[in-house]
Amino acid sequence: MALIEFADFSFKYLGADSLALKRIKLTIDNGEYVVITGPSGCGKTTFCRAINALVPQFHRGYVAGNVYTDGKNTREYEVATFASVAGLVFQNPENQLVTLDVEKEIAFGPENLGVAPSEIRRRVEELIELLDLEELREKHPHEMSGGEQQRVAIAATLALKPKVLVADEPTSNLDPQSAEAILEIIAHLNKRGMAVVLVEHRLDLVAKDASRIILMDKGRIVADGDPREVLAMDLCEEIGVGVPKATQVYKRLKTRGIELGNVPLTGVELAELVQEATSR
Amino acid sequence: MIILEDVHYSYDGVYTALRGISLQVDDGERFAVIGANGAGKTTMVKHMNGLLRPQKGRVILDGRDTKFMSVAEIARKVGLVFQNPDHQLFLDSVKKEVEFGLRNIGFTESEAAQRRQKTLASLGLEGFAERSPFTLSGGERKRVALASVLSTEPRFLALDEPTIGQDAHQKNQLAQMLAEMNKRGRTVVVVTHDIEFVIENFPRTIAMADGQIIADGSTNMVLSNDEVIERCSLAPPQMTLAARALRNVFPEVGQRLTLLSELEETIMGILGGA
Ligand SMILES: Nc1ncnc2c1ncn2[C@@H]1O[C@H](COP(=O)(O)OP(=O)(O)O)[C@@H](O)[C@H]1O
Ligand SMILES: Nc1ncnc2c1ncn2[C@@H]1O[C@H](COP(=O)(O)OP(=O)(O)O)[C@@H](O)[C@H]1O
Ligand SMILES: [Mg+2]
Ligand SMILES: [Mg+2]
Repeated sequence: MALIEFADFSFKYLGADSLALKRIKLTIDNGEYVVITGPSGCGKTTFCRAINALVPQFHRGYVAGNVYTDGKNTREYEVATFASVAGLVFQNPENQLVTLDVEKEIAFGPENLGVAPSEIRRRVEELIELLDLEELREKHPHEMSGGEQQRVAIAATLALKPKVLVADEPTSNLDPQSAEAILEIIAHLNKRGMAVVLVEHRLDLVAKDASRIILMDKGRIVADGDPREVLAMDLCEEIGVGVPKATQVYKRLKTRGIELGNVPLTGVELAELVQEATSR
Repeated sequence: MIILEDVHYSYDGVYTALRGISLQVDDGERFAVIGANGAGKTTMVKHMNGLLRPQKGRVILDGRDTKFMSVAEIARKVGLVFQNPDHQLFLDSVKKEVEFGLRNIGFTESEAAQRRQKTLASLGLEGFAERSPFTLSGGERKRVALASVLSTEPRFLALDEPTIGQDAHQKNQLAQMLAEMNKRGRTVVVVTHDIEFVIENFPRTIAMADGQIIADGSTNMVLSNDEVIERCSLAPPQMTLAARALRNVFPEVGQRLTLLSELEETIMGILGGA
């Protein structure tokens, strides 16, 4: 059974005049690291909301087809059922944090689900260690930097032991180094077996971690596959995807008759490919 | 011209968010402000349009101390697009949102409608006029906030992290609009972490850290400084990393900041331009 299955799913928000998602068919399996990208307004956030039933149960509208998350139809089970399967992290952590300190913030979700106190303590300690939150233990979330808040928000989400972390532009308000720190944590979680669905425009930062990239445009999936294959497509430039600079150089060289052999995603990879080409 | 003279500001009386900012902004300039989260960038630009007033030091706009000017008076000259559009948008349609500012500064109904249409189209928002900002995606909302200020085309334009949530096309559209306004003599200040956006569009860069300006000069010079990159919590651009890695093997690769097209030519050179 797939972890997430979109079975010909379409969705139109109440009052909107076009579909936000159009006939989406795909499956996402355990352990995958899927990056979703595409122009703003193409449906990425709606896609994330559909994974954990916020669409169509909280954001209402016209629905066709089904989404199954962990085998359960998101139209049939309560939203709360999905909180412990798909953990959602948003762009603005401040909108997500509710309590007064780090420990309470992490404990909040499992307490609401009635998890035993001893188990909650165990999870809190584990997550404080995993996300390097020791120094923030006594701090109020509103005294923290954006990067610190985002780490707490991720910890709070993980406390529910989700099978997939769904992160919707989690670093777009952060400076590049804080963003990289968050993305490293996400890549690390994926290596420990957690599936990741990440919405991101700055593919320079994430393409190297992804096992798969999905391109969306106007509510549809227009490409889905290996990052190097997807980013090498001309379609990316046509719909305005921020192709990594190194990949752009590769493409330009190709049109001038220089074939580097493989598609680079980072500057260092590009340099390596150039060196290999000279020694051939 | 805007002059900041030794500006100090603290929100809570304990932590000082600005510690002696001095800066001159000439008419018709175009520059970027960079810095880590919490460096004081937003606090500084809020001083430029009078939302915050210095607790020590002065802000002088066209020769007048802003202390003696009303917010409305300053706002007519200096337009600020907030970092978070949720703090800026409050009306129930995109159309009203954009026309509000225009009507406020004296445009007639039909002029306002015309400008609104033109600005929305330039930002890829045609067809959104009747929508409520609260039903838009994050990136769309950000562009509505941009449209409501850009449509008024103030003499000084300050944009706080305008590229958040925007894709490559939308960033280009924005860059083009700013370039056109700059050509018409408007001054453009952009706060951003997007170092490539800076390299491609802004000749001058100001770097901030801990409430102070740590570098101010040509973008090329400021961004070639490793200390600036580190203290502003930036990541070196991929093209710089590529150039560095290439330089280890091909000493002819240059030391300075690298544009994509320059790297392309360098590699063509190395691989014999076949
Ligand atoms: N609550 C809502 N009501 C009506 N339309 C909405 C709502 N939220 C989003 N939309 C519309 O749905 C489309 C997809 O939005 P979204 O999924 O947020 O895009 P993305 O995350 O890719 O920027 C957009 O056209 C947007 O305007
Ligand atoms: N409304 C506020 N109340 C208290 N402190 C604030 C407020 N806004 C910003 N600060 C603090 O002022 C400092 C500078 O913030 P800001 O100007 O927003 O930085 P930047 O825009 O560079 O991220 C930070 O330490 C921040 O926590
Ligand atoms: Mg979104
Ligand atoms: Mg700011």
